[in-house]
Amino acid sequence: MVTLEKYKGQNPAWCPGCGNFAILKAFKEAMVDLRLEPHQITLVSGIGQAAKLPHYTRCNTFNGLHGRALPVATGIRLANHAMPVIVTTGDGDCYGEGGNHLMAAIRRNINVKLFVHDNQIYGLTKGQPSPTTGTGTKAKNTPFGVISEQFNPMALAVALNCGFVARAFAADTAHLSGLMKEAVNHNGFALIDILQPCVTFNKVNTYDWYQKRVYHIEPEYNPEDRIAAFTRSLEWGDRIPIGLLYRNNRPTFEEQVPMLAAGPLVHQDFDPSRIEETLREFY
Amino acid sequence: MDYTIKIGGEAGQGIQTIGDALGRLLTRSGYHVFSHQDYESRVRGGHNFYQIRFANQPLAASRSTIDILVALDRESITRHEHELALNGRILYDGTRLKLKAKNPAFLAIPFEKLALQQGGDPIMANTVATGAVLGMLGIDPEIFFAFLTDTFKDKGDQVVQANRDAGQAGYQYVKEHCDKCDFAVPVGAVKQRMLIGGIESIALGALASGCKFYSAYPMTPSTGIMNYLASKSDQYGVVVEQAEDEISAINMALGASFSGVRAMTGTSGGGFALMVEGLSLAGMTETPIVIAMGQRPGPATGLPTRTEQGDLEFLLSAGHGEFPRVILAPGSPRQAFYLTSKAFDIAEKYQIPVFILFDTYLADCQWTFESFDPSQMRYRDYRLRGDDFKNLTDYRRYADTDTGISPLAVPGDAGHVVVVDSDEHDEDGHIIEDAATRIRMVEKRLLRKRPRIQSEIAPPDLYGDREARIVLTGWGSTYGVMKEVVDTLAQSTSIAMLHFSEVFPLPNLDAFDYVSFLRKAKLSLCIENNATGQFSRLLRAETGFEFTALIHRYDGRPFTLEELRGEIDGYLGKI
Ligand SMILES: Cc1ncc(C[n+]2csc(CCOP(=O)(O)OP(=O)(O)O)c2C)c(N)n1
Ligand code: SF4
Repeated sequence: MVTLEKYKGQNPAWCPGCGNFAILKAFKEAMVDLRLEPHQITLVSGIGQAAKLPHYTRCNTFNGLHGRALPVATGIRLANHAMPVIVTTGDGDCYGEGGNHLMAAIRRNINVKLFVHDNQIYGLTKGQPSPTTGTGTKAKNTPFGVISEQFNPMALAVALNCGFVARAFAADTAHLSGLMKEAVNHNGFALIDILQPCVTFNKVNTYDWYQKRVYHIEPEYNPEDRIAAFTRSLEWGDRIPIGLLYRNNRPTFEEQVPMLAAGPLVHQDFDPSRIEETLREFY
Repeated sequence: MDYTIKIGGEAGQGIQTIGDALGRLLTRSGYHVFSHQDYESRVRGGHNFYQIRFANQPLAASRSTIDILVALDRESITRHEHELALNGRILYDGTRLKLKAKNPAFLAIPFEKLALQQGGDPIMANTVATGAVLGMLGIDPEIFFAFLTDTFKDKGDQVVQANRDAGQAGYQYVKEHCDKCDFAVPVGAVKQRMLIGGIESIALGALASGCKFYSAYPMTPSTGIMNYLASKSDQYGVVVEQAEDEISAINMALGASFSGVRAMTGTSGGGFALMVEGLSLAGMTETPIVIAMGQRPGPATGLPTRTEQGDLEFLLSAGHGEFPRVILAPGSPRQAFYLTSKAFDIAEKYQIPVFILFDTYLADCQWTFESFDPSQMRYRDYRLRGDDFKNLTDYRRYADTDTGISPLAVPGDAGHVVVVDSDEHDEDGHIIEDAATRIRMVEKRLLRKRPRIQSEIAPPDLYGDREARIVLTGWGSTYGVMKEVVDTLAQSTSIAMLHFSEVFPLPNLDAFDYVSFLRKAKLSLCIENNATGQFSRLLRAETGFEFTALIHRYDGRPFTLEELRGEIDGYLGKI
């Protein structure tokens, strides 16, 4: 039996009150509800406060480099596509340093679940703006305000025809946990952008700020309608939709790699007997 | 007998087709062949050549003089005319190229006209040219016809017949028109030999070592590895993925390796610069990986299609922090094949990154060999899988051991979890910051493994006089040319070659004390295809040994036999 106890890890070194705690709780609950044992999943992360999450739980883990979680996760899935692979990352990690990999992972439709702890700031390096920081926001290294356009991960994902595009709010843990389960059950790449208050460095996007704005996407909404999804993905400011914005059923990358039809690579035997035959092609 | 054929022309004219065909045909006719290529970084135009040397004895390098020049454009004549041997011949299409000078070496053959007459397709001019060269040499045309049938059988009988006719026309034309074609070509002892290049040898070595995952981003000269592996991927169950960039390529390979399969990536200097971060990740996470690193001249994009041994020092120090690594530098396609298997073996046994360091010259050259022996490939699975680790009560990815080698388990196979981390970590793989654990991990990961790794490194190849007064030393692709120079000088001089194909860590001295051997020599020369002598510096740093002199070439081209011989002759007079 899977229990929450099995997912217990080190004590988090996050600031008291940080939104990451709720995300960790939602994650553990989702895994337990999905009846996944810790050794049956792999959690991949990069660097940042969010990316430390794997240490605060217990399961197979590859905690790699800043921005590079998605390529690692892709390699893991290609080598063993029987193993659910989840990436836990920050907005700086994934949308900043790892931007190119995000685009490539969505295009591939690799069956990886991407949970972005979007605190709209760099936490671990103490308060620089991230791609999702609002234009004009002042930070230590941007005394005149952020000049660049605020990055919209939802719109980007819909534009790239990402298979599963959702937004959640850390404080709405039950909803988040539900979306995580849905994401894991989705056959293909899934992105959940999780609005996560950083109580230390982000004085703009606070719990209160989000509470006043987030609303649940109504049940009648059709997530298969890409144009509607695109419209929703542009909503930001006074009203911010949370829930599943967009879904499609593109075939996954793994399904289309002929070599994986025989089962996970890691379980395929190595047969060196062919080499003689191949060498003959050089005579 | 020792002849050289050069095919020169613009990119896109079919130089490679003619060269590949001639190389294969001469091999099948029983000769030893060595070929190398020279091309510009463009798809059409420019000046390219393909040079094939063949003889009755094994060959390992190119020469500077040529016997037959197939000039597909005027520039090939102006550039290479002076390289022609005394009785050499230049073949060209007289109807397309009008030459004013009347040189007895010129032989005009209407390649294209003959092609049109035989099959109607001007592209078959290449077949005519190949036939003409074979005709000049008096090589058995039946081997040629069989080759053409083989090559074109997928395109139908008509194409086969047209090519045979075109080949025959070229062959016949020189028989009738070349009165001074006195190439004495003794019949080769027809023996089955293979003709193989550096790139295919690395790729085949990977297949024979159980490589299951290859991710890379295209970059000359390593792209061929990806292409070759992709062409065999279904037969061998290898997943080949073109990553979005080199950063991703190495990280993907690390992910696959973590999951339990043998994984490899390949690139060149600029791409490797991007991979350095991932190299360090391999070092910290102790994830096995093989990296094929093809050198070309830098800095930056440098000379994209040329050759240089300029990245040894980059590899030695690439990556932040301290961690063990191994650099293998094959000197021939044969070494490339076997060393690739050693690379996979050491990478997995010690859970470290291992490089196969080659260069454009080795990548593109082709050698004849009697055979490769796949039974000599090392293959041992060092990972804990399934039942292996089901019986463990306590699995720790970074368990502290006497050897420094921790158990490498496949995630998901047992109830245990496998945790790896780029941060400093404890035995379980979780982040730590305390000094005591840090010390233990550095000792485990680096200090304890290091002497064991070094003991796996083979001593350098000693070829020639065991009491040599003159010693030529080199590494990687200069192997062949050094060996041939030793052969040509061995009659008159006490000379030997010391070739390192395993360059880092340097081999121990207990099996063979190469430092004393070098010290005893009257003249020690270090030969490198770079401007500053990177290997000589490594040897000095590690052993204190200083060479008498250094011979460098850094124009982006490989040493030829005569050139290296000339350089060495200059020193011989001085001792
Ligand atoms: C290559 C590299 N560049 C920079 C850093 C420093 N760094 C660590 S975390 C981080 C930003 C993390 O921001 P985010 O992903 O938003 O995570 P958060 O800490 O806010 O959860 C940076 C720049 C690093 N570790 N590696
Ligand atoms: S700095 Fe911000 S994101 Fe990081 S732990 Fe503290 S509150 Fe959370």
